[in-house]
Amino acid sequence: MAGRLRTLVAACAIVAGTSLAQAQTLKIVMHSDVKIVDPIWTTAYIVRNHGYMIYDTLFSMDEAGNIKPQMVESFTESPDKLTYKFTLRDGLLWHDGKPVTSADCIASITRWSAKDPVGQKLMTFVDTITADDAKSFTVKLKSPTGLLIFGLGKPSSNVPFMMPERVAKTDPNTQISEFIGSGPFVLKTDEWKPGDKIVYTKFKDYKPRSEPASGLAGGKVAKVDRIEWLAVADQQQAVNALLAGEIDMVEQPAFDLIPLLAGDKSIKLWNYNPLGLQYTMRFNHTQPPFDNPKVRQAVTYALNQKDFLEATVGNPDYYQPCKAMFVCGTQLASEKGMDGLLESNFKKSQELLKEAGYDGKPIVLLHSTDLQSLTNLGPVAKQLLEKGGFKVDMQSSDWQTVVSRRVRKDPIDKGGWNVMQTSWVSADILNPVMAGFFNASCDKAAFGWPCDAQMEKLRDDFAREPDPAKQKAIAEAVQMRWREVVTHVHLGQYNVPIATRTNVTGILTAPAPVFWNVEKK
Amino acid sequence: MLGYILRRLLATIPVLVIVAVLVFLMLRLTPGDPAAVIAGDNANTEQIALIRNRLGLDQPILTQFLIWAGNLLRGELGESFFFKKPIGELIIGRIEPTLSLAFATMLIAISVAIPLGVLAAYKHGSWIDRIVMGFSVLGFSVPVFVIGYALIYVFAITLGWFPVQGYQPLSSGFGGFLQRLVLPAVTLSVIYIALIARMTRASVLEVLNEDYIRTARAKGQVERKILFRHALKNAAVPIVTVVGIGIALLIGGVVVTESVYSIPGLGRLTVDAVLARDYPTIQAVILLFSGVYVGINLLIDLAYSLFDPRIRY
Amino acid sequence: MSPEPTLLAPAAAEPAPPARTVMKRLVRNPVVAIGGTVLLLMTMIGLFAPWLGTLDPTAINPSTRNRLPGFERTIRADDGTATVFKHRMGTDSLGRDVYSRVVYGARVSLLIAVSVASFAIAIGLVIGLVAGYVRPLDGIIMRFMDGLMAIPGILLAIAVVSLFRSGLVSVIIAIIVPEIPRVVRVVRSIVLSVREEPYVEAAIMAGTRLPKLMVRHILPNTIAPLIVQGTFIAASAILVEAILSFLGIGIPPEIPTWGNIMAEGRNLFRVFPHNILYPGIFLALTVLAVNMLGDGLRDTLDPKMAGR
Repeated sequence: MAGRLRTLVAACAIVAGTSLAQAQTLKIVMHSDVKIVDPIWTTAYIVRNHGYMIYDTLFSMDEAGNIKPQMVESFTESPDKLTYKFTLRDGLLWHDGKPVTSADCIASITRWSAKDPVGQKLMTFVDTITADDAKSFTVKLKSPTGLLIFGLGKPSSNVPFMMPERVAKTDPNTQISEFIGSGPFVLKTDEWKPGDKIVYTKFKDYKPRSEPASGLAGGKVAKVDRIEWLAVADQQQAVNALLAGEIDMVEQPAFDLIPLLAGDKSIKLWNYNPLGLQYTMRFNHTQPPFDNPKVRQAVTYALNQKDFLEATVGNPDYYQPCKAMFVCGTQLASEKGMDGLLESNFKKSQELLKEAGYDGKPIVLLHSTDLQSLTNLGPVAKQLLEKGGFKVDMQSSDWQTVVSRRVRKDPIDKGGWNVMQTSWVSADILNPVMAGFFNASCDKAAFGWPCDAQMEKLRDDFAREPDPAKQKAIAEAVQMRWREVVTHVHLGQYNVPIATRTNVTGILTAPAPVFWNVEKK
Repeated sequence: MLGYILRRLLATIPVLVIVAVLVFLMLRLTPGDPAAVIAGDNANTEQIALIRNRLGLDQPILTQFLIWAGNLLRGELGESFFFKKPIGELIIGRIEPTLSLAFATMLIAISVAIPLGVLAAYKHGSWIDRIVMGFSVLGFSVPVFVIGYALIYVFAITLGWFPVQGYQPLSSGFGGFLQRLVLPAVTLSVIYIALIARMTRASVLEVLNEDYIRTARAKGQVERKILFRHALKNAAVPIVTVVGIGIALLIGGVVVTESVYSIPGLGRLTVDAVLARDYPTIQAVILLFSGVYVGINLLIDLAYSLFDPRIRY
Repeated sequence: MSPEPTLLAPAAAEPAPPARTVMKRLVRNPVVAIGGTVLLLMTMIGLFAPWLGTLDPTAINPSTRNRLPGFERTIRADDGTATVFKHRMGTDSLGRDVYSRVVYGARVSLLIAVSVASFAIAIGLVIGLVAGYVRPLDGIIMRFMDGLMAIPGILLAIAVVSLFRSGLVSVIIAIIVPEIPRVVRVVRSIVLSVREEPYVEAAIMAGTRLPKLMVRHILPNTIAPLIVQGTFIAASAILVEAILSFLGIGIPPEIPTWGNIMAEGRNLFRVFPHNILYPGIFLALTVLAVNMLGDGLRDTLDPKMAGR
């Protein structure tokens, strides 16, 4: 019986083996399932990643952080920096074979700028966008800004992806229903099964730039025929499957499982996103006690980043305490005004709370329990805040509940909230205009609704300032103002490596995982 | 008989209506807001309100219910908030893995449990009986995901006999299909082996004490013949019942098993939908499961009248 | 015909045997004795958790995460004195002591088992009595129960949990709700069969008042099957709690329950199996004990079913 079973199992293995050996297919477990496929409509990172598969961008950011033309062949800037003329490359095609036109691009820019914070800011500077001919268009500004080129090359959510005009005409608050891009991969709509897998194939007529790939810029050469993103909810099972060679890549292996991968000769870990991500704590500025800036300041004294990073990441190779509000390792990073903060000075925190007249009413901390990377933040925050003099009511739920609760301004006893924690890709928070949590325009701001006219003025100044040196000075001023109003708090910077089988090569260093240039040998 | 079937069919309608109302109310009263979930990180309050409006979530609950029920009667399950696909299409795409898992599980469970149960009853009081009974209690006592992890550890990771996860449709090859189905099906079958073995043993035991078996024995009939011709046949009614209940309970079991083994079936769809507050999908799936449950009960009742000639309607 | 397992056929309406004989029979039954002992032990462990060499089960310690069983840590108190603490079952991914969590977990898991069983029985009893006695309501109540029962238990529990803020109480409610219809069916069928008994009919004819009729004749007949049913509900409650935790929708994860400890440790099962192993053993042992107790009780209280 046992012998027969073994034969049967062996027979199965042979059959399975042959089906796996089909040509160049990359099987990847991403951090989440793709449920929505409109990268303008949502900021979810998985949808942004999907966008990079099938869409192309006018400009893109290279490995060094410079914005380079991508779909744009060339552009001219008038001496007064008010008129920009863009010309598209030859041979750009949509996946249905029709050529990409300037009308397509204008419609796409318009739709993007209705949703994206940078796009919205940019549009306050834009006078007109007009098509000159099928392949070129002109943007006229009301006053000079560095946001135009930067915005069109924005690397992370929302990325200004180019879509055909008929698709881009969709109302920005409605999801698109046709998934045609001009990027290096084509979405196989017939094989897309939400909750199971999403399949892409190489776009044979894609014309890559001649430059070598660098970051998100350069030639996007698809080197595999087919890419499957598989939805595997169980982290450990994803790692098991990678170790067993059933899949080729895991986008975000759980930190605690990395030792298992690092010790295996058939696995390679890629630190593809050196800027990484930032854990962030957000306050609800509309509800007591966090409507009082002193109470928010108390938090900056009570917390320390190391405890959060130890509890979530654990391995110092993958984390770095970073007090700067604008991403350590970039131009705008500065420690100015940060001395004494984030060092778990519980006494100072308690003093500030006393001055603020905190009444000891428990604060509601929203804790998400189903996202591996966020789960451990809650208990650490609770412990540190309690030591700093707060009473904490940690309310645990799945992430989607956190997401739906955090947008409610209700009082605490009616289901409202005080504090929540999340994580930002560093590429989304490089400067005060991009970083959504600095938006202090009261009701118009993102959830948390900080309200500070001076902060808003500084952000406008930054948008208007094209000179990098002066930009840095404004960013530091923002940081000093932040110290007073404390819109949010950073809990530390960390990286998540991509894990692949060793026969996979060519992973690009970029703020988002992209799969052109990737080969499987 | 036909009249009986018809009466039973009609009786299922109020049950399904009650299920529909219950499910609808329960979900609409939950605190989660799908609009906020869909809108994402950068969305402001205004954008969220727009989405809520578009999904019809700002309408009074009664209106929402009437719209939903009306569509349901026309056979339209609606569109998933999240997947932006018709729910019917979503469900059809997920049925095969769940059906395969359920079928394989019951196949294993029945083919292991009934012989075990008969054996235990026949050797009543012996060590075999004790082991079978002990196993059946144990089978109820270990959570299904613990069994799953243990099996993965031994058979997939250590021995490498089976893949650790995944599902392969039958259409892309029977070998791969079977190879991926074995571990999940064994995992899930443990509790049913326990349940069915127990019931089989009890029923056979009862029949063995009946007068006609004693008579058969006294007449010197072969034991095997007594066991299979008389005892098992007459014990079939409760066994069929328990198998039927087992199939209905399977629905709960697949939720966990599909999560452990990353099988893209209806169970995973349900959990994903609940976590995403995808109301129309949750409603449709629960209705479907309840319909299956009601249908199986109907079949059990009919099976009764077939297996047990004493019951007449 | 009810699709319920006939495991719990209503007891024949003979007057219940004297309590003393029942007790004697129970103690003599080895299955009951073993199950009862294990359960008693678990209860003691839960009750005396603070004195069993445990730490605060929710105290996190980011610098000693994921340590294997036997790891020793020096703990400094506020006054500077240092003690060495041995993590007998290792630590979890937040540096909490798994032994302390498992021991405290006995409290919560047993609390869930007991409260789910008693509330489900109490609510089911009331509804069942009403359904069985008040004829006009019977149809409505039973259709409603059919509807409730048609929704798979786990899905119903998931839906109920998402109704409320996740917490101990909402999880208990979520586990109770799907159990109620089963209790109602048992109670109702007992009421119906008892009503037909000659001595009950005689009592009704003699003008016995309803409360007296209930207390004298109907309730005593429900006790035995309900105790048995209760133990099985308790066993399943512990399991369902673990499954809800596993799916990430159970009791808040910092509260130590066996399910939560396992759910927390499941991602690291391959590297640190102790997080699943120890709570898993405790859980399986307890459920096993409750099930054995239930089997034994049924055999003893319901002689018709003996030996099954």
